[in-house]
Amino acid sequence: MPRSALMGTRIRETRLRRGLRQAELARQVGVSPSYLNLIEHNRRRPGAALAEALGAALQIPPGAFAEDAQDPLLDALREAAAAGQGFEAAEFERIEEFVGRFPGWAELLAGQGRRLAALEQTVERLSDRMTHDPYLSAALHDVLSAISSVRSTAAILAESDDIDPGWRQRFHANLHADSERLGAGAQALVSYLDNAEDEEMSLAAPQEELEAWLAAQEYHVAALEHGSEAAIEALIADAPELATRPARALAARFLHRYRADARALPLGPFLAALRALGPDPAALAARFDAPLPMVLRRIAALPPREGVAQSGLVLCDASGTLVFRKPVQGFAFPRFGAACPLWPLYQALLQPARPIHRRVEMAGRMPRRFQTYAICSPHPSARFDAPMVVEATMLILPAEAEGVAADGGAAEPVGTSCRICPREGCPARREPSILAEEF
Amino acid sequence: MGKHALLIEDEPNITEAIRFILARDGWQVSIHGDGADAVDVVARIAPDIVILDVMLPGRSGYEILDELRAGAATRDLPVLMLTARGQERDRRRAEDAGASRFMTKPFSNSEVLAAMREMVGP
Repeated sequence: MPRSALMGTRIRETRLRRGLRQAELARQVGVSPSYLNLIEHNRRRPGAALAEALGAALQIPPGAFAEDAQDPLLDALREAAAAGQGFEAAEFERIEEFVGRFPGWAELLAGQGRRLAALEQTVERLSDRMTHDPYLSAALHDVLSAISSVRSTAAILAESDDIDPGWRQRFHANLHADSERLGAGAQALVSYLDNAEDEEMSLAAPQEELEAWLAAQEYHVAALEHGSEAAIEALIADAPELATRPARALAARFLHRYRADARALPLGPFLAALRALGPDPAALAARFDAPLPMVLRRIAALPPREGVAQSGLVLCDASGTLVFRKPVQGFAFPRFGAACPLWPLYQALLQPARPIHRRVEMAGRMPRRFQTYAICSPHPSARFDAPMVVEATMLILPAEAEGVAADGGAAEPVGTSCRICPREGCPARREPSILAEEF
Repeated sequence: MGKHALLIEDEPNITEAIRFILARDGWQVSIHGDGADAVDVVARIAPDIVILDVMLPGRSGYEILDELRAGAATRDLPVLMLTARGQERDRRRAEDAGASRFMTKPFSNSEVLAAMREMVGP
């Protein structure tokens, strides 16, 4: 990420473009030139009021600074700090200064943090596999049994001079059969472990592979807007991001649903309705007589230059596990582990079939507001006389997005995850935050 | 006639090899390859010692041993467990179930014979 995106650097660059002297800008916003100098060099972070004054003086659109606060690099460093043992909370306040002064080291640290988290996941998966994989257990047992047989039989033949010819012949036949079985078993095991290396030891989880591919498509799969079932196979085959079989299976499931959504809510009419009605999921659902979760998914899958400017989408199952994540700037998702229990997504889980519209404010140095639309519905694969399987869907729209309902009134406070959430006195807090105070 | 050993093992070639070395050593050997009715077979044959594999069709060796230890007639029956698993937790599981001895595959013939002689005498 270019470091020019940092707030201080951006203030400095904008001021210079406007031909303003540092002292003049400092005077306009009511701070000392030396303090402004610290801000411009990312050594200090202005509070909300000062940021607003600087934005007004420099004619920077509202919300632009907030984007800086949600810089992916800063998020990655916060996550790395949250995962670290004994990290000094006081230094947490200086992450942006660190990024500003040592951008290369910051990138490296964030990258190492991501890699560490991914490796931990891999270790967990491998450990799980070694412990519980029935195929591996059975295959190893088979190989060891064959070796036992060979060892016993060979010892009998080697140590017995007076063995009956009939027995000798049987033991030779057994040795032959066991050696063939051993060869086949060993080959199968090697092949299995080779595949496991490809599929299970890859650093990305299958969900991450799918999300990486979708991100490259900007979450809009144009080939499926009018495409056939065959297009799905072609898409998957041509996607280098989908390197493993589990990821390809996830992608197939996602794309079949995408195609069904696209057929039920065709792009042209849906865009026309969106322009007429605004991004109002209930009105759109009524217009097309379509299920709300489908409408939420469809809004999030529109081409970014034709639909709403920005939209995020998150899906979870009944355990609260996030099974799909389309990020939106300013509303950070935890990469691993559980999210904030105050998300309307989880409130929807508690009230199946009830649409929930909430205005929320994401915690951060520059809190941002979003309109969220959530609903929990039975999973499409639900069957009679089977355990209830549900899925919750939440569409996230920036409050300032065009056409989104006016952002008046209070917003419900939410965060990303407890470890990096600064909110004090939160009734839903699971564990202490590493932030002693606000960002 | 020597002591009577019941071998409960579903691998035919292992069975054949063990049966040969035991018979040559003077043991009377019975064979059974299914876990489901193994306890009934033990009750019917009343062997002096059981060689019991852990992974059997129908029922695991641990479950069979649990039931043998719960029965008055078989509570003290010497049982040598054979398994492809050799981890400490498997050894503990066998001990908890009441195995007299635990041996991991691949085993040597002489080890099996020595263990059996030690458990029930020559």
